[in-house]
Amino acid sequence: MILSSSLQALKYQFTQNGWSWLRWLLCYTVILYLIAPLIIVVIISFSSGYYLTFPPPGFSFQWYENILDPKWMDTLWISVLVMVPTSIIATALGLATALGLARSDIPGTTFIRALLISPLVVPVIITAAALYGTFRSWGIHGTVGGLILAHIILTIPYALSTITASLGMVDARLEDAAANLGASPWTVFRKITFPLVMPGVLSSFLFSLVISFDELIVSLFISTPLVRPVTVQMWSNIRGDVDPTIAALASMLFVFALLILLLESLFGKKEQSQDASAS
Amino acid sequence: METIVTNRAAGLGVTWWSNAAQLVRNRYFWLVVPATVTLLLAFAWPVLGFLLKAFTDPFNGLHNFNEVFSNFIYGAVLWNTVVISFVTTFLSLLLGYPLAYTIAQASPRVRRLLIFAVLVPFWTSILVRTFAWMVLLQPSGLINDILIGLGLLLEPLDMLFNRTGLLIGMVQIQLPLMVFPLYTVMSKIDKQYVSAAANLGASPVTAFRRVYLPLSMPGVFTGSMLVFVTCLGYFITPALLGGHRDVVVAQLIHEQVTELGSWGIPAVLAIILLLSTLFIFGIVRLFQRREKKL
Repeated sequence: MILSSSLQALKYQFTQNGWSWLRWLLCYTVILYLIAPLIIVVIISFSSGYYLTFPPPGFSFQWYENILDPKWMDTLWISVLVMVPTSIIATALGLATALGLARSDIPGTTFIRALLISPLVVPVIITAAALYGTFRSWGIHGTVGGLILAHIILTIPYALSTITASLGMVDARLEDAAANLGASPWTVFRKITFPLVMPGVLSSFLFSLVISFDELIVSLFISTPLVRPVTVQMWSNIRGDVDPTIAALASMLFVFALLILLLESLFGKKEQSQDASAS
Repeated sequence: METIVTNRAAGLGVTWWSNAAQLVRNRYFWLVVPATVTLLLAFAWPVLGFLLKAFTDPFNGLHNFNEVFSNFIYGAVLWNTVVISFVTTFLSLLLGYPLAYTIAQASPRVRRLLIFAVLVPFWTSILVRTFAWMVLLQPSGLINDILIGLGLLLEPLDMLFNRTGLLIGMVQIQLPLMVFPLYTVMSKIDKQYVSAAANLGASPVTAFRRVYLPLSMPGVFTGSMLVFVTCLGYFITPALLGGHRDVVVAQLIHEQVTELGSWGIPAVLAIILLLSTLFIFGIVRLFQRREKKL
């Protein structure tokens, strides 16, 4: 009896370990599948060869030097010119809306929230085609302003939800207390609300930067060869002959996203530890 | 005196008017206005205008719908889209489930690392990820080299510009979208349920199948729906990794609008795409509400 039950326990232990061993193997294979392609592109971007071969025959910066060509620098400049205002405006709009919706009971709150989230729900290809038609009739097709407006629409859902989440953790009574002590609404916002929602504002800003910088589909529809973000130029080059310069640009995009993610998680952690010390 | 008159004259209108006046005085209202107006003018209006072209372009009527439902090319493209989305969802679930499970079981330190490993590709541009697969899958690419090096293949396999390459890329791009909802649900499952089942004599497989799996089903459902819906509108990856037989709805919309300048047919396709998307999101919402009530 004791023997059989201990045998059973042994068998249980074994199958448990066998399963978990298999599970970890599978898990790391899947992680490899997710990450390895990106790492390999970064490695290839430093290749001294003329083709996208792996392993590369040697080390060189030649493909990064190619980026200095005006053809690429101009498109990178357009991307920056679009990305920075987009992030600032989208975050400001997200903050204003989040505040307005959270601190009052104006009618149509559900509708407004749904409207602002809808660019995330509507397939991007539909948004892109729709904006292409409308922006052409408005005369802002192929302008930096048009790209900024389009990117604001695409980033607002993220801005609104990040800041709303962050605002949810702020105790509204702090604002009431400050107002009761005679602070003007603007002072309350500046001294109380804004510092408290700062983490949300920051991550909204950072993520908007990445979304705008990486955006391709809408930009593809509403840009022209004269005003063209870097992703659209990459797209048209990929479809022509595959040039390792794309690997260098792709690595830049990847590293940019990685840096932002690290920055964001750094601030996120800071926020968490602040919460922990407060409570 | 004047107010009394207007009160009598306007009747019900007065409440509406005073409500509106109150709203205008409400400073929170003005905070909401800029974003709402922007979205109405520069998003809702263009999208509605585009969709309406299904009924008006080039002339009024339902002829565009007729064309889409009678011409086999559109049927084939719609079918392609559904099949590719379905297979991608299934494969993502197959790979994502064990990964999410492992993440949920891991120690906090390992867990944070694994989540980060899933977040990194998620935040990397789809264009970059697709390009990475073009590099890896090409005839002289790393994957063919490895397979030949291991003696599994004699000559390079065609994995680019066909369904195989497309699915390899799509699944990698969609996996994080499957893992996050799965992980969210799994991290809330009380491990004691499974150990209770084991204590009562269930084998690990039985305990998993009868206890853990049913408890994780909401995550499976949400993740699958999310992945499926996102796949339906995919454009970049099918265009770059797929072959000419893998044309999907989004590519057709792009080609017709920008190259042919025709709006009627793309608008019909957009309506079909949007309705399926809203329908699936609606099911998810309904399901989540029911879950909350239980």
